[in-house]
Amino acid sequence: MDPSDPQSDDLVTLTDLTREFSSGGGFMKPRRTMRAVNNVSLGVPRGKVTGVVGESGCGKSTLARLVLRLLEATEGTVVFDGKNLATQSQTEMRKLRRQMQMVFQDPYSAIDPRYTIRRALLEPFQVQGDSKSAAEAKLAAEELISMVGLNPRMMASFPHQLSGGQKQRVGIARALALRPSFLVLDEPTASLDVSIQAQIIDLLENLKEELGLTYLFISHDLSLVRYFCDRVVVMYLGRVMEILPGPGVLPRHHYAHALLDSNFEPDPTRRKVVTMLSGEIPSPFATIPGCAFAARCPAATDLCNRERPPLADLGDGHMIACHHPMD
Amino acid sequence: MAALDPIKTAVRSPRGGLSAAVLVLVVACALFAPWIAPYAYDIQNLPGSNAEPSRTHWMGTDEFGRDLMSRIIYGARTSLSVAITAISISVVSGLTLGAMAGYFGGWFDRAVTAVVDLTWSFPEILIALILIAIIGPGVESVMVAISIAYLAQFTRLTRAQIMALKNETYVEATANLGAGHFHIIFRHLLPNALTPVIVAGMLATGDAIILEATLGFFGLGAQPPTPSWGAMMSSGTAQIFIAPWIIIFPGLAIAATVISINLFGDALIEALDIRNRLRSV
Amino acid sequence: MALLSVQDISVSIGVLSPLESVTFEIDKGEILGLVGESGSGKSLTAMCVMGLLPRIGGTITKGAIVFDGRDLTRLPELELRRLRGKRIALISQNPMTSLDPIIRIGAQIDQVSTLHLGLSAEAAKARSLELIAQLRIPEPAAIHRAYPHQLSGGMKQRIVIAMALAADPDLIVADEPTTALDVTIQAQIIQIMAELVRDRGLALMLITHDMGVVAQACDRVVVLYAGRVAEMNVIGEIFAAPKHPYTRELIRCIPRLGQEPGSLKGIPGVVPSIVDYPEGCRFNPRCSDAQALCRERKPALERKSTGLAACHFSEA
Repeated sequence: MDPSDPQSDDLVTLTDLTREFSSGGGFMKPRRTMRAVNNVSLGVPRGKVTGVVGESGCGKSTLARLVLRLLEATEGTVVFDGKNLATQSQTEMRKLRRQMQMVFQDPYSAIDPRYTIRRALLEPFQVQGDSKSAAEAKLAAEELISMVGLNPRMMASFPHQLSGGQKQRVGIARALALRPSFLVLDEPTASLDVSIQAQIIDLLENLKEELGLTYLFISHDLSLVRYFCDRVVVMYLGRVMEILPGPGVLPRHHYAHALLDSNFEPDPTRRKVVTMLSGEIPSPFATIPGCAFAARCPAATDLCNRERPPLADLGDGHMIACHHPMD
Repeated sequence: MAALDPIKTAVRSPRGGLSAAVLVLVVACALFAPWIAPYAYDIQNLPGSNAEPSRTHWMGTDEFGRDLMSRIIYGARTSLSVAITAISISVVSGLTLGAMAGYFGGWFDRAVTAVVDLTWSFPEILIALILIAIIGPGVESVMVAISIAYLAQFTRLTRAQIMALKNETYVEATANLGAGHFHIIFRHLLPNALTPVIVAGMLATGDAIILEATLGFFGLGAQPPTPSWGAMMSSGTAQIFIAPWIIIFPGLAIAATVISINLFGDALIEALDIRNRLRSV
Repeated sequence: MALLSVQDISVSIGVLSPLESVTFEIDKGEILGLVGESGSGKSLTAMCVMGLLPRIGGTITKGAIVFDGRDLTRLPELELRRLRGKRIALISQNPMTSLDPIIRIGAQIDQVSTLHLGLSAEAAKARSLELIAQLRIPEPAAIHRAYPHQLSGGMKQRIVIAMALAADPDLIVADEPTTALDVTIQAQIIQIMAELVRDRGLALMLITHDMGVVAQACDRVVVLYAGRVAEMNVIGEIFAAPKHPYTRELIRCIPRLGQEPGSLKGIPGVVPSIVDYPEGCRFNPRCSDAQALCRERKPALERKSTGLAACHFSEA
């Protein structure tokens, strides 16, 4: 993947992206470093939904923040629409933020409790220095609130007067205010009821079509990711294990397979026999020279413990980091 | 307005209502002393000195024959203005320092925390005495001394609030809109951190009145003939066996004011439901 | 006679009535799923069965909870306490609230069997080790000596299950036991729990919001909506021929493998709040089949071709 390649169809390109966090380092405590995101290279194709799925500690939320430069990368680059984010000045970065927005996991704390919905919806313009007359502001706020299917009468409400789903709609409207081309969706439905989760996914699908958006969708829910995303990236302990080019493609990595196996279908005629993975997810502070999944993998060999498998292309964009892929 | 609702709730509770009534009376005395006080505070009448409470002098007279009640009413001016000004300066400085330290962290935070922890380990009275020893006695000195003595408390409280608030999703969301530090601190963090700090400030005003009275008692505050509750008590000690009212009435004034502030503050904490946030100090 | 029979119970907390006419039964060797979204009253139902309602200031205003022939609502607190832990065990969502952080894992499990089964310290330890092994935790002896903070969330939840099993109960009430866990861990724990229930002939009341978990593990299902039972049926019927529109829509909210893009719609509207439940059927504002009658009259929970449903218009 060459980020400078003008032919590239990717809106965002990540190259060897790594982020380390340290803790400790006090009296009698050795400083420990963990790699939350470990050497991730990935393209996010324009106009498509790229899903990142994994369990807690897999680095998917850190990845989301690195992509938007809400966190600085320890190593590697993020190129957005041909621009390397790390080399942008503060002013340039502020301008770029119009293009790239985020919808957050927890709608309950994503809006300042002291702000009315109207004020929250107009804040993006205020922050970016877009001065608006009272009439223009009213129009802009009403347009945004209707775009996400809320009643303009809610404009004077405070966040605590709204349900979780309604708050998440406000969160989406705020993210769309500056007309971005790229949205990072960080588990936008994880804290919502099932019936509301499906509403929000439906809304996000429609907005994508209407506005021609590109999504990076972070989730722990494989069935949701397989439904919603054009490409699925499976992460484990900060590393990319497998990239599935389409929702119908079956995983060949043992971890991705276990993840799929653990995902119960809403159909009692298709009950699963769960493969019992041995062991637990290793500590993120552990240094693993080989494959991160080797300790729990049923097919692990000496090689897996010794050498980290590279992310290799199986054809058609199906990428896998495994020494012994499944058939 | 919604912001006044907790105050209304506090006033409606029994202890809140009673204490609010006392505070309104004290503030009225301070504001309208020349109209309320029956005599001027500095008119001496040596033959009528140390007179016990009577119809003409409800609280008696002091060793110079000055009307005690009038002096207590004027004294409310000194006590309240010194305490409120000092605490206001302290709260504003504490908010600024605490917000910067809590938000930016790093060496600035470590420096502020070190100084705050150092002053925190000394009693306020000691800090105030040291400062007055350096800058000399007088009303202004007492104000400066009190405001510095209480600075640590508000800085700590603000810093703790900001540290908790800056992890809220809406802060990250606003940063992602392209907002600068100034916008995040003044539009989001401080407004959300303000309530507990203001209530703590109100409670500290009670302590500051005592501190002001103590310094006045040692003759370090307002200089004669300006009446101050602490100085009045101090002059009463010599006459304690012949004219105990000289020391009793200013003492009662201090006690009533401070107890009322604490009770009303407590009622307000209850109405605002912020006991947990105040505990983070 | 079912092991547990909840008969038409209603609950009030202050001026609110968060549960109305809830009815269901559980037999030995059976897993009953209690499904619903936030505010449906599923956790409250668990509290009723555990007799914990008074702790949150609630009272049962109507109905009976008959466990093994005895009405729990009429039992004095002392006897209830004897039943709790011994014959009815609770597994809560957050394992941390069930484990004492300063006592070793082993001691906590041992305590349950010494207290309720009167075992000696040695017998209790042997029993704990056996339970830990049954939950497929490697190195039971090492875990027995460990403190809670040394274990991962999934391991802690297994320990909580071992504690629940230690007294050899007849009924286990599990309130969202895997919601806080990662999916691979959730799958394993559901599997282990289902096996244990069937092997030991226990009854399990599994409270969850996850229709996937229900489909995988349950024998029968009670669907709750806004504090009332919407539908109750055997697992196959619930998914193949739901009798209540809410059940039907709820199942449609979960994307299936190979589902067409754009076909996931969700249920319109908001989950109603307890302070303003709609008149008539509480699902009517969100129901695509709703008619005038649904806004006027509350549907009763009635027998349909199979199971029970509270809907005016579902087939008889």
